[in-house]
Amino acid sequence: MSQAHRFKKDYYGGALMVLVGLAAVAAGLQYHTGTLSRMGPGFFPVAVGALLAFVGVLIASSARGQSASQAEQPAGHGHGHAAPDLRGTVCIVLGTLAFLLFGVYGGMIPATFAIVFISALGDRNNNIKQAAALAVAMCVIAAVVFSWLLQIQLPLFTWGG
Amino acid sequence: MVSNALHDLWFGFGVAFQGSNLMWSFFGVLVGNLIGVLPGMGALSAISILLPLTYVMHPVPAILMLAGIFYGSQYGGAIGAILLNLPSHPPHAVTCLDGYPMTRAGKGGTALGITMICSFFAASVGILVMIFASPLLTAIAFKFGPAEIFSIMLLGLLAGSTMSRGSPLKGVAMTLFGLLCGVVGTDVNTGTFRFALGIPELSDGLELVAIAMGLFGVADFILNVNRMTAVTSNAKLRIRDMRPSMAELKQAFWPMVRGTGVGTLFGAMPGTGPTITTFVAYALERKISKTPEKFGTGMIAGVAAPEASSHSKTQVDFIPTMSLGIPGDAVMALILGALMIQGIAPGPQLISDHPDIFWGLIASFWIGNVILMILNVPMIGVWVKLLQVPYRYLFPSAMFFIAVGVFSTQSSLFQIWEVLAFGLIGALLMYLEFSVAPILLGFVLGPMVEENFRRALLLSRGDLSVFIQRPISCTFVVISALLVTAVTWSAWRGRGGKSKPVVEVPDSGLAVNE
Repeated sequence: MSQAHRFKKDYYGGALMVLVGLAAVAAGLQYHTGTLSRMGPGFFPVAVGALLAFVGVLIASSARGQSASQAEQPAGHGHGHAAPDLRGTVCIVLGTLAFLLFGVYGGMIPATFAIVFISALGDRNNNIKQAAALAVAMCVIAAVVFSWLLQIQLPLFTWGG
Repeated sequence: MVSNALHDLWFGFGVAFQGSNLMWSFFGVLVGNLIGVLPGMGALSAISILLPLTYVMHPVPAILMLAGIFYGSQYGGAIGAILLNLPSHPPHAVTCLDGYPMTRAGKGGTALGITMICSFFAASVGILVMIFASPLLTAIAFKFGPAEIFSIMLLGLLAGSTMSRGSPLKGVAMTLFGLLCGVVGTDVNTGTFRFALGIPELSDGLELVAIAMGLFGVADFILNVNRMTAVTSNAKLRIRDMRPSMAELKQAFWPMVRGTGVGTLFGAMPGTGPTITTFVAYALERKISKTPEKFGTGMIAGVAAPEASSHSKTQVDFIPTMSLGIPGDAVMALILGALMIQGIAPGPQLISDHPDIFWGLIASFWIGNVILMILNVPMIGVWVKLLQVPYRYLFPSAMFFIAVGVFSTQSSLFQIWEVLAFGLIGALLMYLEFSVAPILLGFVLGPMVEENFRRALLLSRGDLSVFIQRPISCTFVVISALLVTAVTWSAWRGRGGKSKPVVEVPDSGLAVNE
């Protein structure tokens, strides 16, 4: 990873933290903050938000200083990610939204089929037939394991309510 | 004292051997092992997916099962690291360095055998420490007031955020973000709705399971889809290969003991993550070895020490979680959350109030580790096959398990919105190279931190010096200050020296310990 790239990421990361911190302070000030001896509900969020904004400034200002030592960490999760794949992300989000929609208008079986089918299509190596087969298999598991054995309170088929 | 502990332990074995407890413990270990083997799935995702299942269970089997998943997944993670050079989760990354060269040299079976022996030894030592240290710690913990609890939590949060992977500043930022997430919902002191955005479902606060699944499930899928490269292995293993020779055992013995020591020390400190532990154990081995240049080419010591350290740490981690109610890392935070969902308040009174949970858990550790030893020998072929399950089938199925699992926590679809939100937040943060585990730590501890902070200052009439006037509290504050100084100093020093070798990075952690 190049130095310039890293600088940018830390810069945006710090800015994001400042934003979140300030938002928390702004929201917290709407509640009663009180005094140190008698704190209101707003005190703690305001204090934490201010700290977060401060740390955000530190992150952004030290962005350049982080040298190569971290980039060399061995492969693992959580660090050094490339930008997520657009198609995959969109499909995972759409699949989850479809589960929410079909959970109300449709029931467990349509919802299960939708979330598995749509998110499977997010992987470029899956074709429609494979995605459908996987989704059908998951529907069977949903019906047998979750609906019958674990008694999940989501009807197999429903319409609204 | 000793006879008392042995008597309690005997009682614990009685609890752990009860039919249903034994069955759930076995189930947890098996599932943990299975999920630990799967690429991209660690203990955190396994526990969050199965957490809703425990709502309908009795607390004892529920905790035994969750703990089983935790240490089971660590056995599983080592398999992928050694055979495929694929760290299923970060703590095993360092095992790859010497484990995979051993596989290429045709000694993968031996490496696995050594790993199992080390893991069992280290876990046993960890369990012994837990048996004798927990009651001692509890005796001290009864003297804790709100000021002490706040100070020790502060230390835990600071250690958790600065000593996890990556930049300490970013870790602190994530912990603070987690604390803010913990604020959402009804304020216990005044009944005010905070940060609820006018959504009535948020009045009970955010759902722990939803946050965990969003951050560690969905966010991971978003980042890895179409990015995961296919792995193939033609490693053929026979049970006979897994028995190490006498000479190899001798070579592994002292690294194993030293690794166990490192793990025990780090487990006792709240907030130090498992990844840093294995890295320190590896760095220590390399430093005292007569042939440091041979590390990375298949040294047995390079496999034995990190694996031993991760397993003793896993067991010792339960000490602060169970006796103080302060989780050491994100996995412990989840287990603590599971206890609270069951209506059990963790803290010094846990051992006396719920001896069946505490001693049953300890006894089940031992049984679980024996089961894992027996299980892994014949199943190794199956695990290798599992490693080849393509990611393109794995993640859509996991999406379904997440959706249904979160739904079942409160039988409402609302929590799935939270999963989606935290999935996107987590993906963004991970892309910006924040490590998301401290969020969970902050979220679980947040309400407790706020509560004790407010109570301590209410008692002292707003005098902030209460935290340094009381001796125990003052000790923790001083350690926290030292920690901040050490981290700042090593960051400042690190800026001057360019490109240090990989395993030198955790040195700052060692300095803090001494």
